Amino acid sequence: MATNAAQARRTRLVEQFTEVAIQIFLWAFRIIVVLVVVVGSLLTLAQGRYSAETWLDLAIRGAALGSVYALVALGYTMVYGILRMINFAHGEVFMAGTFAGYFTAVGLNNAGFLNAGPLSSVISLFVMCAVAGVASTAIALLVERIAYRPLRNAPRLVPLISAIGASFVLQYSFRGLFGSGYYSYPPVTILEERIPVSFVSVQWAEVLVIVLAIALMVGLYLFVMRSKVGTAIRAVSEDQGAAALMGIDVNRTIVTTFAIGAALAGAAGVLYAQLYPSFNYFVGFIPGIKAFTAAVLGGIGNIPGAMLGGLFLGEIESVGPVLFLDGLGIPAATQLKDVIAFTMLVLVLVFRPQGLLGERVTRNRA
Amino acid sequence: MTTEAVAAAQLDTEMQEAPAVIAWRDVIRIGLIGGAVALYLCLVGIIPVFHERQLIAGVITLGQAVLFGSLAIPGAVAARKTTSLRDALLAGGAAGLITGLVLTLLVVLGSVIDLRAMFLNASPELYSVLTFGMGVAGAWIPAVEGLLLGAGAAAVGKLPDRIRSPLVRGIIAVVVVGLFAGLLRAPLLSAGLVDLARLLFTSDGLTVIGAILVFAVVVIGRIARQRIGVAARIAALEDEQRAQLRIPALVGLIAIIVILPLLLGPFFAQVIALVALYILMAFGLNITLGLAGLLDLGFVAFFAVGAYTVGLFTSTAEYGLLDWPFWAALPFAMLFAAIFGAILGLPILSIRGDYLAIATLGFGEIIAILAGSNLLLPLLGGPRGIVNIPKPLDFPSTSFLSGPGQIYYIALVFAAIVAFIAWRLRNGRIGRAWIAIREDEDVAEASGVNLIQTKLLAYILGAAFAGLGGAVFASLVGSIFPSSIDLFVSINVAAIVIVGGMGSIPGVALGALFLIGIPELFREFSEFRFLFYGVALIGMMLYRPEGIWPSGIARRELHVEDESQVILAGDTTPVTRGTMS
Repeated sequence: MATNAAQARRTRLVEQFTEVAIQIFLWAFRIIVVLVVVVGSLLTLAQGRYSAETWLDLAIRGAALGSVYALVALGYTMVYGILRMINFAHGEVFMAGTFAGYFTAVGLNNAGFLNAGPLSSVISLFVMCAVAGVASTAIALLVERIAYRPLRNAPRLVPLISAIGASFVLQYSFRGLFGSGYYSYPPVTILEERIPVSFVSVQWAEVLVIVLAIALMVGLYLFVMRSKVGTAIRAVSEDQGAAALMGIDVNRTIVTTFAIGAALAGAAGVLYAQLYPSFNYFVGFIPGIKAFTAAVLGGIGNIPGAMLGGLFLGEIESVGPVLFLDGLGIPAATQLKDVIAFTMLVLVLVFRPQGLLGERVTRNRA
Repeated sequence: MTTEAVAAAQLDTEMQEAPAVIAWRDVIRIGLIGGAVALYLCLVGIIPVFHERQLIAGVITLGQAVLFGSLAIPGAVAARKTTSLRDALLAGGAAGLITGLVLTLLVVLGSVIDLRAMFLNASPELYSVLTFGMGVAGAWIPAVEGLLLGAGAAAVGKLPDRIRSPLVRGIIAVVVVGLFAGLLRAPLLSAGLVDLARLLFTSDGLTVIGAILVFAVVVIGRIARQRIGVAARIAALEDEQRAQLRIPALVGLIAIIVILPLLLGPFFAQVIALVALYILMAFGLNITLGLAGLLDLGFVAFFAVGAYTVGLFTSTAEYGLLDWPFWAALPFAMLFAAIFGAILGLPILSIRGDYLAIATLGFGEIIAILAGSNLLLPLLGGPRGIVNIPKPLDFPSTSFLSGPGQIYYIALVFAAIVAFIAWRLRNGRIGRAWIAIREDEDVAEASGVNLIQTKLLAYILGAAFAGLGGAVFASLVGSIFPSSIDLFVSINVAAIVIVGGMGSIPGVALGALFLIGIPELFREFSEFRFLFYGVALIGMMLYRPEGIWPSGIARRELHVEDESQVILAGDTTPVTRGTMS
């Protein structure tokens, strides 16, 4: 008995000790990150190597990129909200949009419409977004039907693995269909021109991306908040059983959610290509993870949160490497922009799992 | 009449009436789905690329076999519900015809507009496979093929089982032996049976005689087996006798494993060394994922630490620091990987399930980017990597042990050690705690399991063995580059564990053989490797979530519980019912 008690006490001591060690470690982690950010920023600013114009350019670039992330993040967040499932293949749905938009753009260019004038260029962009949205929706619904729906009641890891499988199938199907080489969107000359504001060098493309993305997000927000279908979506994500008792077709609502998320991701694929025109079958992977980061950042399941998270991540990625790392004398800091984005993901998951706006989900509801 | 009699009568009439009509709507649907699949197989490039490989020399290529299969299967499926032979032929033929018509349409369309501007594989080669080289003039061929094959498959489905079973098995055996012709030929050649090898195999397929022989052997064997009833006899044996049978079987298996590199020759030695390496790594991840249920997609991070540690400590070239032998560097590789595991694991292990997967994926990417970045260029050599990493054991270069052969044995020995450790731990206090966490974190915590510490231990062990894998990899390849630090390493290893069966040691070994060994044998189809992985992952999750060879616990745990299906489309109450989250 005595030895048992002593042993139990020892075990408890060990546990307490590791507990303290973990806490110390986590605090050290926080402090290091804060130090890197603060000291790096101060040093960079003190060196004064970059002008205010450069910073503004970076910020606008970040906003354009961030609004694309936000559009993709909406799909993650809505599907998560309704099924509590990470749709790992969402990045590939985005990729499908990029491809569909490309072929549309080539078609419009061959018809001489793409660069016929400012209006026809803008219309072309709309058409590309629409076609991409349709193509992405078709693919997302196919994936949902084959890989997700039969697994709705399975333990959580099962649909996640199936989603990873779907992601691979889509990537390598596109590789098989369209090859592994890089495609490049036909240039739209008007969008490549700089906007007539003297102190920044911003392309029309970036402005248009921001405007379009914001318009889509506002539209989505109104749709979810005001329309009947939107109400159904919110009801199902609140409580599926109760929603079904209220006469809502749960299955159809889930499909609608996938469709909306996919359409936005498809449009985002076209907009992303306005920023980075060159792409191949792998284009969706990294933006997909980043958009997931944005969704977590804003609070997964939370629609305004995804928008905010996307913009925030875009800014961090665009401004961050220069601001934080350049001052510390790190060579080629922009190489590390993805490192910053992924570190953000870990930081949010660890220190604020509920995200900027969301509720606490990673621990309790996950 | 009693109600039962009425019900029986109704049942009777239903059974008599049902075959009178063929469910044409279903047949059309099956045909169209089959057509979509066949179209996909064509355009994604599987049929034209597989066409370059012979299955039976001069008779049929692998691509044609896939094509015929895709035309026959809709027929077999469509005929499943019919009862009379006539209906089966009608339904099967119609489904096959529709499938074939889709391909006919493709050929016609391809002759009118240039589909190649969009689909790389809509090439003349594809059309020539579909039409036996006749081009548009032969556009009708796929449709007729579909009709015949669909009806044929339907007819086979209606044969009595004692004829069908040997027939189908014979065909499958010919396809499998044809696929692995290269692998099977190598031991014959190295055993000096050149004539036999020539008789049976060409360089990439079976000969006609070989095919007939294989088919005959399997059919006769199957029929003999049915007559004699071997399976029934084994089942009838007493448990003790069966246990006695198992020991020689095991010894035989081990003997085959040991002499395998000698049998197969240098090219296959490289392949099986890689398989052994992945078995080793998958056993490591099996602790993290299989036992503790932590889906770690950042395995490559620790793999990188191990590989670079060995590189830095042993390389005799630039960036090599110490010129140590492999065996001195190995403990450090594992130690550093474990330390990294602790550092990365500590902050994230309080996160649950699917989030952990994405967070670890992020870690993998971070390490990969850092390895190739200018930041660490002075230390790790950036894209130039670290070269001249010596092999662990010094053999004269003439010995087959000088190259991949020794890595095969070393990796297998390490794998055995890892498996032994995992097996011992699983039956101990820690193992039970891991399984408890995997089953249900909340309950485990309530039962006094310290979540963070227990998970951390699993994570650190997994990381240490990943480091071991990286170290062995570095010495296998003899160099380490940032391009080797690839997300696909993580995905490969995770897929092996999942497909093989989480927590099951024989399952994981089998998974490595399937997912690493087989794709290595089909190098020319490497572009479809991850497509195959994706399909395998989805298929596994849909039909067999517990893996090929599951451990007993996983079998119980990963199947959908019956009571949860009662609730509508899905019970997503926030309660952590998901056992593996």
